[in-house]
Amino acid sequence: MSVDIKTVKRVARLARIAVSEEDAERMTGELNAILGFVEQLNEVDVSGVEPMTSVTPMEMKKRQDVVTDGNKAADIVANAPATEENFFLVPKVVE
Amino acid sequence: MSDLTQLTISQARAKLRAKEITATEITEAYLSAIERANPALNAYVAVTDDKARDMAKASDAKLARGEGGSLEGIPLGIKDLFGTEGIHTQACSHVLDGFKPRYESTVTANLWADGAVMLGKLNMDEFAMGSSNETSYYGPVVNPWRRSRLDTVVMPTTHQGDGGFVSAGGTRTARTLDNAQLVPGGSSGGSASAVSAFLCAGATATDTGGSIRQPAAFTGTVGIKPTYGRCSRWGIVAFASSLDQAGPIARDVRDAAILLKSMASVDPKDTTSVDRPVPDYEAAIGRPVKGMKVGIPREYRVEGMPEEIEALWQKGIAWLKDAGAEIVDISLLHTKYALPAYYIVAPAEASSNLARYDGVRYGLRVPGKDIVDMYEKTRAAGFGREVKRRIMIGTYVLSAGYYDAYYLQAQKVRNLIKRDFETAFAAGVDVILTPATPSAAFGIADEDMAADPVKMYLNDIFTVTVNMAGLPGIAVPAGLDAKGLPLGLQLIGRPFDEETLFQTAHVIEQAAGTFQPEKWW
Repeated sequence: MSVDIKTVKRVARLARIAVSEEDAERMTGELNAILGFVEQLNEVDVSGVEPMTSVTPMEMKKRQDVVTDGNKAADIVANAPATEENFFLVPKVVE
Repeated sequence: MSDLTQLTISQARAKLRAKEITATEITEAYLSAIERANPALNAYVAVTDDKARDMAKASDAKLARGEGGSLEGIPLGIKDLFGTEGIHTQACSHVLDGFKPRYESTVTANLWADGAVMLGKLNMDEFAMGSSNETSYYGPVVNPWRRSRLDTVVMPTTHQGDGGFVSAGGTRTARTLDNAQLVPGGSSGGSASAVSAFLCAGATATDTGGSIRQPAAFTGTVGIKPTYGRCSRWGIVAFASSLDQAGPIARDVRDAAILLKSMASVDPKDTTSVDRPVPDYEAAIGRPVKGMKVGIPREYRVEGMPEEIEALWQKGIAWLKDAGAEIVDISLLHTKYALPAYYIVAPAEASSNLARYDGVRYGLRVPGKDIVDMYEKTRAAGFGREVKRRIMIGTYVLSAGYYDAYYLQAQKVRNLIKRDFETAFAAGVDVILTPATPSAAFGIADEDMAADPVKMYLNDIFTVTVNMAGLPGIAVPAGLDAKGLPLGLQLIGRPFDEETLFQTAHVIEQAAGTFQPEKWW
């Protein structure tokens, strides 16, 4: 399978990365090189093989349903580019 | 006083406990070494000298009371991927500009609890994506090793005045260092370069496809990626969550064992952290390997592999045989599919993990006309080319209609890779010996690598299988190539059997010796 420049632009939109015409063109070539490389996986017979879902066979650990943390609003917003009274500020989303 | 930076961790530990040296002295020795060397090597992106001095002082107080922890007063470098409270943590990306977390990663917290001293944050490939440390926003790291050539020098008959010597002529051989700068490997290139150049006693690193073992092999250092679930991933910037593991890079096998013992723990904050006590890895060093079954996988004999790598592998086999191990040929049938499967699984997980960098909660923000425009501009400006490439691949393989063909297929192949290892171990193989990398360190801005991303990816061909199967793997220096560059061997073990890796790697180290670059910086 290979991608064209239209697909690259659509994927960039999905990934929320602005790309120029020139970027998209370069990426098309690079992505096709990588997709060409991974193509060989199709020759592997995987009938009856389960996909890996857990690297180490173990039951998922569950913690007790109790509050362990909190009251850290100032810590949470400390690194944000724009805040006001412990809220993250973003451009207007709803008119 | 001799240069304190030359001491291994085990030597420094003994001298600190015996009060022959102080934590402050050894910390100062490293800080001045960093000041001198970092402009040439670019291994550190942030030096925390004030904090290092405070921590060293606290260690000296503890040592004076005879209360020191297992790493009391040992100065370490920390890869920029580890969250360190109040200190530069950017995964060497522009998108995390100015980020100083309000928390400490579990691995580094373990090290500080044991008394280690933080020297600073180490350079790396952006978000750990790369095999040469050239994708860092902070520029490439330089390998302290350089190529050299052996020349026959004709010695003229000379008379040196002022009571000097008289040379009788004749010839001698001399190694001449080449000026070309080489990469230290990646993604933990800063860690490997700093350890190799004596800019820290040991370093933390992480490994998603080979990022500890490949740079260790390129710099003549020891690097271990433990079993998935052995070190907590909590507080480490995520790349590919089902593959990422932290581990140490150190100057010898014993130091790596000492560091891993401190870094590893059972952590309720990481649901994939495995509930098993951490053994005393150092105790495994020196145990005989007599009777041990060492597997040699025929699929690792890849096309185009330099003869020197094959010769090194044979040397490793001979050393272990001499030590009484039994060598058996094994087959790991799906080896060649590990790298392509990795380049689906890792980008897929990365595209999801890196979705959080949107200019809202931390790091860089580039204003836009609306919120989506802001996201797109922030991510376009904040991520480098390689990171964008991987996010794009990951987004594509997870997009509607392609998930089954790519991601699901790759996860099935991954189970087959794991099964190959399980079959070998079930047949009684204790440890598997392979080369660590298909070549020695290459040049910075290598044109072939720059032109074709897949060529760069092939660096991880021997290491990536281990991440796909979640197994432990160690890279140990085994010799120098004809150009005087270090080459490493890799040992792969059963899940949670890091002890066998330390035990076997030590036998190789005893036979091969340790390697230091000639100082030019």
